[in-house]
Amino acid sequence: MIQLKNIRKSYQTGYNRLEVLKGIDLHFEEGAFASIMGSSGSGKSTLLNILGILDEYDEGEYRLDGTLIQGLSQTEAAKYRNQFIGFVFQSFNLLSFKTAAENVALPLYYQKVDRNERHKRAMEYLDMVGLADWSDHLPTQLSGGQQQRVAIARALITQPKVILADEPTGALDSKTSYEVMELFKKVNKEGMTVLIVTHENDIAAMTKQIIRLRDGLIESNGSPVSASPKTAGHD
Amino acid sequence: MIDFDKWREILNSIQRHPLRTILTALGVFWGIFMLIILLGAGDGLQNGVEYEFRDDAINSMWIRNGTTSMPHRGLPKGRRIEFTNEDFDLLREQFDDIEHLTGRYYLSGDQMTVYKDKRLSFSTRAVHPGHRYLENTLVDAGRYISERDLKEVRKVAVIGRIVKQDLFGETDAIGKEIEIGGIVYTVVGTYSDTGGENEMRIIYIPVTTAQKVYAGTNRLHQLMLTTNDLTLEETKQLENKVHAAFAAKHDFSVNDRRAVSIFSAAEEYQKFVNLFAAIKAFVWFVGLGSIIAGVIGISNIMLIVVKDRTREIGVRKALGATPYSIVSMILQESILITAIAGYLGLLAGVGVISLMESMEVNYFRNPQVDLSVGFVATLVLVIAGALAGWMPARQAARINPVEAMRS
Repeated sequence: MIQLKNIRKSYQTGYNRLEVLKGIDLHFEEGAFASIMGSSGSGKSTLLNILGILDEYDEGEYRLDGTLIQGLSQTEAAKYRNQFIGFVFQSFNLLSFKTAAENVALPLYYQKVDRNERHKRAMEYLDMVGLADWSDHLPTQLSGGQQQRVAIARALITQPKVILADEPTGALDSKTSYEVMELFKKVNKEGMTVLIVTHENDIAAMTKQIIRLRDGLIESNGSPVSASPKTAGHD
Repeated sequence: MIDFDKWREILNSIQRHPLRTILTALGVFWGIFMLIILLGAGDGLQNGVEYEFRDDAINSMWIRNGTTSMPHRGLPKGRRIEFTNEDFDLLREQFDDIEHLTGRYYLSGDQMTVYKDKRLSFSTRAVHPGHRYLENTLVDAGRYISERDLKEVRKVAVIGRIVKQDLFGETDAIGKEIEIGGIVYTVVGTYSDTGGENEMRIIYIPVTTAQKVYAGTNRLHQLMLTTNDLTLEETKQLENKVHAAFAAKHDFSVNDRRAVSIFSAAEEYQKFVNLFAAIKAFVWFVGLGSIIAGVIGISNIMLIVVKDRTREIGVRKALGATPYSIVSMILQESILITAIAGYLGLLAGVGVISLMESMEVNYFRNPQVDLSVGFVATLVLVIAGALAGWMPARQAARINPVEAMRS
């Protein structure tokens, strides 16, 4: 599903070149459920941007479902994002002036799906995350956990190849965090590839695979047990 | 269907920011409104002054006799110059640029005019046939003074509408006989004049008749003419040539402007034309100034709009919005607001102009605005608003969604 070969990325900061990714090789099968960990500066945000087709890489090769993601125009990138990727963010990022149902339906708007059809599908996905009764509510009328579930429904509605979640539980208490993770598990069980960037070990432990980044390289890649979360601690 | 969706998004966004929308709209509204008012007022002023000129032909030249103000060839100053029929003939024979020519001979004082039992006092002008073109006289019935009247020294009269009304009431005047200063004339025509009521209290008779029956002279009190289609410069030259011809004939210095004075309506008119050119330039200057102020207003608002919506744009981009859809969303909102506000400004401006039209003020008449100017101005504002929004919108479309959402 996702193939990264020797991905390198550096930023120009003043006169210095800052190498953020120094050759990342990763491979995710369809149905993978992985977490990407690492301290700030380890390159995990950059890696997420590249995976999400939000940023370009300097060297290497990124294939998403067999499609080479390289040198895309902004418009092509937007199209691939819309088709292949569902995003979930730490701060939910729902549009405050739209109802839950409208927020969920928004990605379909960019696929030029008919309005009624959009609403119908949005209701299906809201039902799936258990918020069908809240479809007419504005984000401000929802709790953090509910907002994140709406965001997950929004990420799923286009039936993407992969869900990319950036600290999806970062703004939630642990009880709500586990509820959200249960939802990800459920989605994954149905065959969706889910990648979660997190710095919380307990969250990472709920996934099937943990990738640890350090200084732009993969430090370890394995199952939660072999990655020995006990010694890592919080960053 | 897709466009319908887009407009729904745009209307939604406008509803969310009523104050911002109103401020933007107000700037545009005011710009267009002021432009229309200024243009209309300028036009009304011009029409008003042109109306004041309606009585006499714009290409007319009035020649008056006076007294010499400087000695010439041994002749003293203070000598009175008198016009005669010879001067009329001189103008007629020597100047090709003259279109219509007339002399005027005034009867001394108002002559009693008698018809049956009515005795009324009107002023009488003895004129040549060309006079009707100088005063913009409109013959209502019958005819004007003719060459034949002059040649045969006929006792005929053309009377103004008020004269006719006072003497004859509703009955027909043509062919009736009236007495002017004791002499019997046949009425051959009645006329109206755009110059107002006083111009219609006058009786015209052939100049030769008046010269003969009242004084036995060939004198003329005044000479008037209209020119062919001449430029102001050519009018000026004609004026100088006429003056020089009189100077030679009556033996006064060509520099003596008081012996014979010539007044050109065209010169006077040209002063107003120049004034209006200046007013128009001023109007455009101020009008364009208000348009530019409107444009700057829109630009500012658009910058704020984009800044305000950075996060929203980031979210939309992450969900698959193309740069084009982001730019067009922002631009169409600005275009919608400016177009509607501009149109309302146009309507309000035209409304105020129509109000002004109903007012009766001197030197202000019938203000008109070329609506296409208003539409062009609105279009300019719409385009300016779009351009003003385009730069920040493009910038917004380029931002990294992840960074935008963290801000």
